[in-house]
Amino acid sequence: MKLLTLNFLTCAIKTCKSSPLSFPLHPREVELEILETDYNAVFLRNILPRLEWEALRVLAGELGLPSLPESSPDVSSLSTSSEEDDSETPTQVAQDLHRLLLETCIKEGKLVCGCCGHEYAVKEGVANFLLPGHLV
Amino acid sequence: MLPTPSTSHVCFDRVYEPAEDSYLLLDTISAPSETAFLHDRFPKASTTPLVLEVGVGSGVILAFVAANANTIFGRDDVLTLGTDINSFACQAASQTVQHAIANPNHSIFLDVINGDLASSLRLDSVDVFIFNPPYVPAELPNFSHHDDYNALPPGKQSTTFEQDSYLLELSYAGGEDGMAVTDRMLDQIPFILHESRGVAYLLLCAQNKPEEVKQRIRAWGPGWEAETVGSSGKKAGWEKLQIVRIWKP
Ligand SMILES: C[S@@+](CC[C@H](N)C(=O)[O-])C[C@H]1O[C@@H](n2cnc3c(N)ncnc32)[C@H](O)[C@@H]1O
Ligand SMILES: [Zn+2]
Repeated sequence: MKLLTLNFLTCAIKTCKSSPLSFPLHPREVELEILETDYNAVFLRNILPRLEWEALRVLAGELGLPSLPESSPDVSSLSTSSEEDDSETPTQVAQDLHRLLLETCIKEGKLVCGCCGHEYAVKEGVANFLLPGHLV
Repeated sequence: MLPTPSTSHVCFDRVYEPAEDSYLLLDTISAPSETAFLHDRFPKASTTPLVLEVGVGSGVILAFVAANANTIFGRDDVLTLGTDINSFACQAASQTVQHAIANPNHSIFLDVINGDLASSLRLDSVDVFIFNPPYVPAELPNFSHHDDYNALPPGKQSTTFEQDSYLLELSYAGGEDGMAVTDRMLDQIPFILHESRGVAYLLLCAQNKPEEVKQRIRAWGPGWEAETVGSSGKKAGWEKLQIVRIWKP
């Protein structure tokens, strides 16, 4: 499961949704894996405004990944353009972000709600958000 | 005609096999009138749209959207995410999408989540929502064994016959009027759809009483629209299956 997916998920329990504590879900006892994928410059530029930067910083911290800058990078810091051939090269910032959002995956572990404490299992990269009958 | 993604690796004993309903959704979403609408709604330089399909089954629809993002949206920075209550479908669909967009990637596939409807999605987060629900008027399966039936039996390499029947029942049985699952989904849609850009595509069959369903959606509040944008199996003036688009113009 990609870390970017966590940008869109919250606790499945209805009463948690209105609580700011239910986002982001907190990864616990996780095994990470890197699954490489194509770099997409346009995507990185257009996803920036959708990222919950503070939540991403929390995630990176909890996963023991290199810490992120305090505020979301500027679009202009994602690439350097060469005058000669009009080509654009991704900066280190952009490559790091690509690796964090799309290539860093949770293979096994749990996602825990900060509001109710419910634990959602991740197995073989698939997160299970099904609730036992009495919680639906 | 855009190519249909391959689902040859999927075992249809326990995952819904693409059928007329699946293909109607593909045809509707890629029809010129719908792609024109989507190009307009998600212009190239705007933030990356998130496409959520609930009940992905084999993944044929999500894979189709992911592989043809450029034709459908006019951009390839499109995110795709799926859910299904059936864990075998989650695995199958994930493979279908990855295979369809590979080398080089045509868009960005996130994950398929094993969950109930869109209950794990954040409010306001979905730009394009797609659902081909279990719509047949038939008694809902007994959910009390779900946890057992949703995984391989302990120590076994294959599923049981009862398990497969249960998982297939989940894919078509829709309770009274075939609307039990769809009605629960409709309750979530106005909350998960992005306030201004969000649009949903929902498949209904004639027994679902589509005209009444559309009226109910329009009554959600000012601005909500529901229109039929695709149909199949026209017989004596009424359609067997139809796709309803739900949005705020
Ligand atoms: C008619 S099939 C459609 C499959 C696929 N999207 C297609 O069009 O070929 C309905 C799908 O919804 C799934 N489903 C049923 N109830 C669900 C629920 N409460 N939450 C998520 N998925 C559900 C079933 O497992 C099945 O895969
Ligand atoms: Zn919770």
